[in-house]
Amino acid sequence: MSERVVLRMLDSFGRGTIGFLEYVGGIAEIGGESLGFIARLRIRFAETLSQCYLLGVQSLLIVLLTSLFTGMVFSLESAVQAVQFGVGNLVGGAVSFTSVRELGPMLSAVVVAGRVGAAIAAELGSMVVTEQIEALRAMGLPPVRFLVVPRLLSLLIMLPLLAIFADVVSIIGGMWIANSYAHIGYADFITSARQTIDFDDVVKGLFKSVVFGAIIALVGAYQGLSTKGGAAGVGRSTTSAVVVSIILIFISNFVMSYILYGSSQ
Amino acid sequence: MPGIYARVEDVALSFGERVVLKNCSLDIVEGAITCVIGLSGAGKSTILRLLDGLLLPEAGHVYVAGKDLCHTPESELNEIRQKIGFSFQFAALLDSLSIGDNVALPLRENTGMPELEIRQTVLEALDSVGLDYTYDSLPSELSGGMLKRAGFARAIVTRPELVLYDEPTTGLDPIVTHLITGMIVRLRQKLNGTAVVISHDLQSIFMMADYVAMLFEGAIIAYGTLDEIRASPNPIVQQFLEGSEVGPIPI
Repeated sequence: MSERVVLRMLDSFGRGTIGFLEYVGGIAEIGGESLGFIARLRIRFAETLSQCYLLGVQSLLIVLLTSLFTGMVFSLESAVQAVQFGVGNLVGGAVSFTSVRELGPMLSAVVVAGRVGAAIAAELGSMVVTEQIEALRAMGLPPVRFLVVPRLLSLLIMLPLLAIFADVVSIIGGMWIANSYAHIGYADFITSARQTIDFDDVVKGLFKSVVFGAIIALVGAYQGLSTKGGAAGVGRSTTSAVVVSIILIFISNFVMSYILYGSSQ
Repeated sequence: MPGIYARVEDVALSFGERVVLKNCSLDIVEGAITCVIGLSGAGKSTILRLLDGLLLPEAGHVYVAGKDLCHTPESELNEIRQKIGFSFQFAALLDSLSIGDNVALPLRENTGMPELEIRQTVLEALDSVGLDYTYDSLPSELSGGMLKRAGFARAIVTRPELVLYDEPTTGLDPIVTHLITGMIVRLRQKLNGTAVVISHDLQSIFMMADYVAMLFEGAIIAYGTLDEIRASPNPIVQQFLEGSEVGPIPI
């Protein structure tokens, strides 16, 4: 291998490393700045409520639909098999356990990342290219306090609520399918669910949702605020926000599951 | 002898490989309108951003109201920015807010003014640019000239000590250009403050400027009153004022 090729590889590795560190540093900076404003209660409450509606309430239908059908499909695949092996009484527990611990928080986060993460990046990105962000700074208004904090707070509040809806709807969908196709009684399903999941599982699932909410808001905000290059740049930021958020959601889900549940299994 | 409200001192700034300013110095006289002229891409808007602390120089100093912006933390910069009004080239109004809410924004966020008083102050600011009837309109419903005037209203609503205008007449028809130029002069008189205007519209500059600075290749090559600039022996200044293709300016 020639010296030039080695140098080019080193150069490329160095640039990649710097880019990665800049990205992580940028997100940490926005996150830290946001926490500072939240801690000092420098919050725009009306805007936060408005964002709760836009980012949370308006995502409810799509979260309900995806969770319902995922719960139904999970039940469909497991119930028939479980009955054949004579363990139909465990289906309720399996569906509820998976919904509360994984499906509810993950599905709601992925759906919201696609819908809301993209919206945050596109909105902030277009504000960058039309000098609106610079105008805020020129008025002495920190863009993070003005724009990021309401979005971050609204996702920290609304994503766990959406996850609760997702949990409930996927369990109901699973219960209906288990009854319709495998003739598992509603009472048996509910008894199994109550024996399998406890309050701790629900709390841990909701904790995951809070982390996912922070990821979606901060990645979307960072991508939007670092937009360069006009309309094409806004498009790139939007795509990156969704891709990076979803990847981080999956990675952090594994890490949190390992930490939260790993020791108890 | 008039005082100096702001000063750019031996400033250097590059964007990547491109050197925009080098050893650039400029005094902004208190209570006067200073116009910065120069070719497109010469770095005129960069000077405005330096004066507002939106950009920091790689070398040199920027002083506004006696404070060196280069050694001022962001929180203090935000306080200084509240004394400065910035009118952007394309207005940069927040498109999700009505014109009234856009103009009210610095008052709502930076002052403890009661809502009734804010509305009154905003209406006065909009009235001074002839747009009081657009209070509830969205920016998308206004023409380019009206947007610029709404941007002026937002820039002056807090009665700032310094107002920065970035190309206020670019892309406007001659009548609106004349209207806006007169408005800048009237607003400066009304606020009894200082203004810096970036423009290459010579007719407007001749109407409003107390002082003119010409920026060329990253530095101020000529500075003085309107008459002094007109009489400048510098061939670059003369070529620019004549709009001639023949001369030392590379095209």
